[in-house]
Amino acid sequence: MIKHRFFIGVTLLEVIILSIFFFYSLASVQTRSRDEMPAKRQLVKLLELTDLAIWTEARYTRHPSQADLFTPFQEFPSSLEHFPAGSIIAPLKSAESTTMIFGR
Amino acid sequence: MIRHLKILEYALSSLVRRKFKNLSIIVVYTLTISVLASILFLTHSLKLEASNILLEAPDVIVQKISAGRHDLIPAEYITKIRDIPGVGTAKPRYWGYYYDALTHSNYTLLGSDSNLTGLSLLKGSMPSDSGQCAIGKGVSDVRLTGIGREMILVDSKNTGVVFTIVGVFSSESSLLTNDLVILEKEDLIKFFGLKAGSATDIAVKVHNENEVQTVAGKIKQLLPDTRPITKSEIIRTYDTVFNWRSGMMLTIFSSALIAFCILAWDKATGISAEEKQEIGILKAIGWDTGDILVLKFWEGIVVSLTSFLLGIIAAFIHVFFLGATILAPVIKGWSVLFPDFRFVPYIDLYQIFVMGFLTIAPYIASTVIPSWKASVTDPENVMRG
Repeated sequence: MIKHRFFIGVTLLEVIILSIFFFYSLASVQTRSRDEMPAKRQLVKLLELTDLAIWTEARYTRHPSQADLFTPFQEFPSSLEHFPAGSIIAPLKSAESTTMIFGR
Repeated sequence: MIRHLKILEYALSSLVRRKFKNLSIIVVYTLTISVLASILFLTHSLKLEASNILLEAPDVIVQKISAGRHDLIPAEYITKIRDIPGVGTAKPRYWGYYYDALTHSNYTLLGSDSNLTGLSLLKGSMPSDSGQCAIGKGVSDVRLTGIGREMILVDSKNTGVVFTIVGVFSSESSLLTNDLVILEKEDLIKFFGLKAGSATDIAVKVHNENEVQTVAGKIKQLLPDTRPITKSEIIRTYDTVFNWRSGMMLTIFSSALIAFCILAWDKATGISAEEKQEIGILKAIGWDTGDILVLKFWEGIVVSLTSFLLGIIAAFIHVFFLGATILAPVIKGWSVLFPDFRFVPYIDLYQIFVMGFLTIAPYIASTVIPSWKASVTDPENVMRG
């Protein structure tokens, strides 16, 4: 009757490690929200930034929110993509409410 | 309880007897879970970080669209936008892209007012005079430069322009500023050779956030050749980029899921002759079908629970302590300038439970069902194979 004790012990250890990670994440989110978030928001506000600087390979991957409407990832989910990052980005949702005015 | 503990003891002994096979299943299973969990942690963290940071983005960005493409916007549009009821401020934004042939990287050049002060994530200062610039950590690293040194950029007339670096953004802000080069507004206009009286786009502040959509509609009505982009659309973009339908999720997530399905399928389509013989012997010495199912259930639990917990631990360490070093090249694409990720450990317990349910339950089912088929067969036939 040693093996099952060992298994239960290892499982408990894993659960304890995960719980420690979970509480660490709660504390870390709280600390960073308090210490870093205001500074980052200040940066966004003062520099009027609109996007994250993750992908710098193309215009529409550097500023996905500001890209032309006709860009591969925004218009067609399955259209051919040139840049690798573009295939990581999903197509935008269509506008929630659209009004179309017809005129002569 | 004692019965279950004894069956668990037997299940563990049985697993140890085939230790290499079970160990390899645990390794593959753990890897699959850690890949799945890494993507979930990473995308969830980036999604929440983006939606938290971009809350301070301009309420509406107004672009001019010409021939279906983004064009420079005339300054007189600002007056027209300011006249719309509910609009607080409307300011031109001057920015553009610059390809640096020296380092093969793209920078985002941004023109700022010379009176900007008090940015806590900036070492040094913002450009306050002509010929000065502040740069992101990525630009500073790739050009091997820093405060007090000079940076030469080639302008629209193909002339090298010397800028003195007066500030470098700290690494904590890399997610926002990694590729930024901030110039004094007039410098930027001159550098790009922008037409007088035009800007890249217009940032609009709306007094009441409930009126943003209405104001955007009015702008579109008043200036039909423009495209207003609201803050909610900006945030929604990042929500979409990192949601489950995004390419990253579909490519890596689905490959990991398929790998897991193959693993489960292999288990479900048949058990080895040795395992069948073991079931036959157990039945012959008096175990009933229920006991064998409990035994197989515990075998499934031992393998899947251990792998699941190890996989989640590995994913947490990979994403939040090691900065997703293995996944980063996949996300990076062809970007030369790429921020060092310091992911905020946002954990969604719901996601973990769903993943646990979607991986542990099928594995246990694929362990129990073939054994059930073997255990209801006559022991003699099973032992004879």
